[in-house]
Amino acid sequence: MKMRDMIRPTGLAALASRQLAVLGCLVFASAALSAQDVQFNRDIRPILSDRCFQCHGPDAPERKAKLRLDRADGPEGAHRIRKETAAIKPGSPEESALWHRITSDDADEVMPPPGSHKKELTAHERELFRRWIQAGGKYQDFWAFVPPSKPEAPQVKNDRWSQRALDRFVLRKLETKGMTPSQTADRRAVIRRVTLDLTGLPPTREEIRAFLADESDLAYERMVDRLLASPRYGEHMTKYWLDLVRFSDTNGIHHDHYRELTTYRDWVMRAFNANLPYDDFVTYQLAGDLYPEPTRDQLIASGFNRLHLIIDVGTALPEESYTRNVIDRVTSVGTAFMGLTVQCAVCHDHKYDPIKSKDFYQLFAFFNNLDAKPETGGRSGTDFKRGLQPPYINLTTAAQEARIKELDKRVSEADKRAKLSKHDLTKSTDATRKKTLTAQVKQAEKDLKAVKAERDAFMMGIPGAMVMKEKAEKRPAYMLIRGAYDNRGEQVERGAPAFLPPLPKKDGDRTRMDLARWFVSPENPLTARVAVNRFWQQFFGVGIVKTSEDFGAQGEWPSHPDLLDFLTVSFVESGWDTKSLMKRIVMSETYKQDSRATPEQFVRDPENRLLARGSRFRMDSEMIRDQALATSGLLSSALYGKSVKPPQPKGLWKSVGMPSSYPSVYVQDTGEKIYRRSVYTFWKRGMPPPQMTILNAPSREECIARRERTNTPLQALLLMNEQEYLKAARRLAHRTLTDRSLDSAARLNAIYETITTQLPDAKESKTLLTAVKDLEAVYRESPALAAQLCEGAPPPPGSTQADLAAWTLLVSSIYNLDIVKTRQ
Amino acid sequence: MNDIREEHNRLQARRQFLKTSAMGLGATVLGSMLPQTSMALGAPHRVPKAKHVIFLFMAGAPSHIDILDYKPQMEKMFRKPLPESVHMGQRVTAMTKGKEKLVAPSMFKFRQKGQNGVWMSELLPHLSNISDDLCVINSMRTNAINHDPGKTFVCTGSEIPGKPSMGAWLSYGLGSMNRDLPDFIVLNSAYWTGGTRNTQGLYNRLWGSGFLPSKHQGVAFQTAGDPVLFLSNPKGIDARVRRRMLDAVGALNQKHFDEIGDAEIQTTIAQQELAFRMQASVPELTEVSNEPDHIQELYGPEVRKNGSFARNCLLARRMIERGVRFIQIFHRGWDHHTILPKQLPGQCFDIDQPSAALIQDLKQRGLLEDTIIVFAGEFGRTSFCQGKLERDNYGRDHHPRAFSAWMAGGGIKGGITHGETDDFSYNVVKDTVNVRDLHATLLHQLGVNHERLTFPFQGLDQRLTGVEHARVVKEILA
Repeated sequence: MKMRDMIRPTGLAALASRQLAVLGCLVFASAALSAQDVQFNRDIRPILSDRCFQCHGPDAPERKAKLRLDRADGPEGAHRIRKETAAIKPGSPEESALWHRITSDDADEVMPPPGSHKKELTAHERELFRRWIQAGGKYQDFWAFVPPSKPEAPQVKNDRWSQRALDRFVLRKLETKGMTPSQTADRRAVIRRVTLDLTGLPPTREEIRAFLADESDLAYERMVDRLLASPRYGEHMTKYWLDLVRFSDTNGIHHDHYRELTTYRDWVMRAFNANLPYDDFVTYQLAGDLYPEPTRDQLIASGFNRLHLIIDVGTALPEESYTRNVIDRVTSVGTAFMGLTVQCAVCHDHKYDPIKSKDFYQLFAFFNNLDAKPETGGRSGTDFKRGLQPPYINLTTAAQEARIKELDKRVSEADKRAKLSKHDLTKSTDATRKKTLTAQVKQAEKDLKAVKAERDAFMMGIPGAMVMKEKAEKRPAYMLIRGAYDNRGEQVERGAPAFLPPLPKKDGDRTRMDLARWFVSPENPLTARVAVNRFWQQFFGVGIVKTSEDFGAQGEWPSHPDLLDFLTVSFVESGWDTKSLMKRIVMSETYKQDSRATPEQFVRDPENRLLARGSRFRMDSEMIRDQALATSGLLSSALYGKSVKPPQPKGLWKSVGMPSSYPSVYVQDTGEKIYRRSVYTFWKRGMPPPQMTILNAPSREECIARRERTNTPLQALLLMNEQEYLKAARRLAHRTLTDRSLDSAARLNAIYETITTQLPDAKESKTLLTAVKDLEAVYRESPALAAQLCEGAPPPPGSTQADLAAWTLLVSSIYNLDIVKTRQ
Repeated sequence: MNDIREEHNRLQARRQFLKTSAMGLGATVLGSMLPQTSMALGAPHRVPKAKHVIFLFMAGAPSHIDILDYKPQMEKMFRKPLPESVHMGQRVTAMTKGKEKLVAPSMFKFRQKGQNGVWMSELLPHLSNISDDLCVINSMRTNAINHDPGKTFVCTGSEIPGKPSMGAWLSYGLGSMNRDLPDFIVLNSAYWTGGTRNTQGLYNRLWGSGFLPSKHQGVAFQTAGDPVLFLSNPKGIDARVRRRMLDAVGALNQKHFDEIGDAEIQTTIAQQELAFRMQASVPELTEVSNEPDHIQELYGPEVRKNGSFARNCLLARRMIERGVRFIQIFHRGWDHHTILPKQLPGQCFDIDQPSAALIQDLKQRGLLEDTIIVFAGEFGRTSFCQGKLERDNYGRDHHPRAFSAWMAGGGIKGGITHGETDDFSYNVVKDTVNVRDLHATLLHQLGVNHERLTFPFQGLDQRLTGVEHARVVKEILA
């Protein structure tokens, strides 16, 4: 007899006492809970996934005791009988091994095992299992893998709050909690919120005036339509998309060289602005190159497949680089379009979701046929300077096309002449003639060089787009054992993951286009859901599924599953009309609620998952910077184009970069370029702009579906001290000082309204006007200090340097308010 | 009817909140390293042996064969092919693939130093003198063969970009020990002596927070301009002005909190005040002119230059004194594919005296027992030559299968050599220490069980040591 058996208390008695204790604890907690209330998907699966699937889940080689708890049937399923016991015997916890294991006192028996570092089940969780088994231990297909169906708008008690289906789903949930929605936010709050949410910029004072003056019932809707029609909408939507596809301006590994992808960014903006149906938006990106006669836009969009990190040639083994690229490409498809962590299956079957390693490599097989070198090229030639790597297309106009033809012709003629004269030279024997010919050769070579340089210079100005292109011959795909590029397993064919609807039957090879069509087919349960959830997240700070990057078993259960399905089906029915989805959301009463609440309400529902109020969350880095530029009047209105380099502290690239990186030095732009919207800021993956990363922008090394939001002292330093923020403050101060008709109070009103959309109340005015007076006094006492602040910006006529300095600090103070960096 | 699930979510949120506050505030308030701070995360999990880490990261990968792993047997194999039985056709880089592998013995002399006779190269005279404080590990191993994945692996536990770095994990797991400075500070040498031909890049991700909240990311101090980005008041703003402005901002923020109810506004107020304090505390930290001459001299002549490795070592000591938990100093320039004998001595000059001084200086202040110092690159270098091969001129390619590191302080045994390689320093033959093992050991000394320091992301309880096996190297613990 082993020691542990000796010290074990008499088994059954101990078990019984433990169960009694468990039940005792639950008497009050579960009074309202009947067995029928427990649902597998909602209540049981998350616990199984978190504590059990690692050893008893989909991953076959890791499976212990020939038991899988992710399904009921099959020889290893939860209902199977082994050694005369079932893990789960429907209707009878007492006869279910699972129940005994999760309630056991014995360290060798209890599940999850103490050494597994899985959290012990709580009494509440055990009770859920007991009731679920009692009620029959029924399994359900995982919600996210079941195609959505459109639920009816629910009945609500308060019939008057809203007639919109969206609101009724929200209200029903609130009513079950005994809660009521908040009142509608005031009109200034509403215009600020919706303008920021749809365009990423605050409303101008003129826009505020116009909206406040419009007393029609349609005023709000008209404003929404105006915002959706603004090109700023596309820029703003693109900002989110770029995180998701890890867009950047450098190759991200080793040298981290310049890589030109901005034409893809422009396309995304145009697509959002033109309201390209989302199914096309997806299809173009996955397979735009495979249309019979692809348009330029379709080709540019296929550049989605070229956004991955890529090493530059020289040190790595090309075959390894190649594999890494394809895995990265498939991973991004998983995050962006499927909302799944498919990359877990690179090395093994997914531990929690039914994604087998084979499923991953079947997807891999669609993306492993790019007709390109696996590493970026050497540094000579215009391609390298242009940041391009074949295959790419030149986005020329007809006139440019003609000019290129002409230049090509001149190059070839010059080349011919150079060759000819060389030939003559070698043939010639006469010394004098040789001398003349040598001079001729020299001249011809000089001419050739000059015309080549002219052509190259011309090409440098032509935008290019890297695209997807299939190799003529299909490259076979294999399982890679533990993801190692040089450890091939069985060969695999292109196919969809087995747990999702199958691809339509087809003679011959399936293509990426088939895959793309499958992604946007009505049977696909994920594509539209994942997209709708992400769009929702833009407006409420959190998705209906909080884990917007993971809709799998380890992701979070949706707060409003019916609402998500309703929106998803409506979205698909509308022809994947993104703008109308946006409009549906912002027109809702749910969206327009006041975001103020009591501190207790904030503590009770910090992320506002129940939507009993308007959401309040810190704006993204781009929005905060753009807001300062816009309100000060500095913002450039230029659309599209190459990335720009606004000022950043000196030496940052040098402190990390390889001296031979291209480019290795950050040369800041001048003029209008430094005031362009932040979505155009040059993004070096090895050292992204600190003005963005300090405020939680990701590095763009992997696909990010939601940014986190922190609140740090470095952010405070940035907003207080960064030169460009101060410049914006000074500019706005200068503008209001220029208007001599304003007294201090009116000036303050103008500034406050410009930045916050609100007018200051008496208390705010008093605080700020006292501050400005004190600051004026300080600057009058220290003219040198005022002069420093005004360097390069003399005060307007009628004002002193002390005035400008004090008002600059006042504007800066307002830029630093929490309500200004927060969307509320 | 969704009550149960909601309750669950609510509890989860609450738990997360507790976790976060336990890390952020709890630990600060308690200001203690004792295990009573055990919260949701449960760290520290044991009585810690150390509180701080200084990681001296030698980016580019120093040749272990020339500085720490003494291999006299290679001498008679000069210019002979490396036996097949040794390299076993293993993966090499694209630079030496398919080329002949001729043995290149080190031209530098080694001597046994200290009470236990630790072998040290002549290139490290100062470290040789304190070899009784060093634990030399000659059996390090990594997976990566190229710099970028190699560095990313050592710094974040994964070759794939996007995971949190060591210091970020510690900040997340153990919280802050000081009020006015970041938990995790990064210092990069602005220059080095071993040539700039093969300067390897660094990346923000090496000190990034990955999927952890970004407040845990390393703060890279700059060698020019503000040490912390945007620290100084701009021209035309002095402390008086800033104070007056913050008073107004604080008053309005407080008013708005009263109206809106969101505690996040209070966090903003607190962070603005911390920023203000940092404007004083950081310059006080980086101002080294009042360090006495004998201390500056200990670190060597380069300490007078801003951005030198020596200066950064001195700064690291000052940070330890002020309660910074994790300091990582990056020194580049070790990637000696060719003319190694010409370039290596300069690199060793850069680091030898300052790192020895750092150990001594911490020791004389009683701080060494609380502080672990680690010296390592991302991999080792080949015993066969890359490029031209002479007795006194050779180069070495990347070599992941064996390399050397040293540790000191923080409950690590001094005066020992751990692990062994074969006669060519090519394969580890005894006591392999994986990069993951190094991570597990560091965490262990800080009181953290590496399997329990986790963060849920993408459906996994992610950890620094990843999913593969990692072990604490108990043999080197005092």
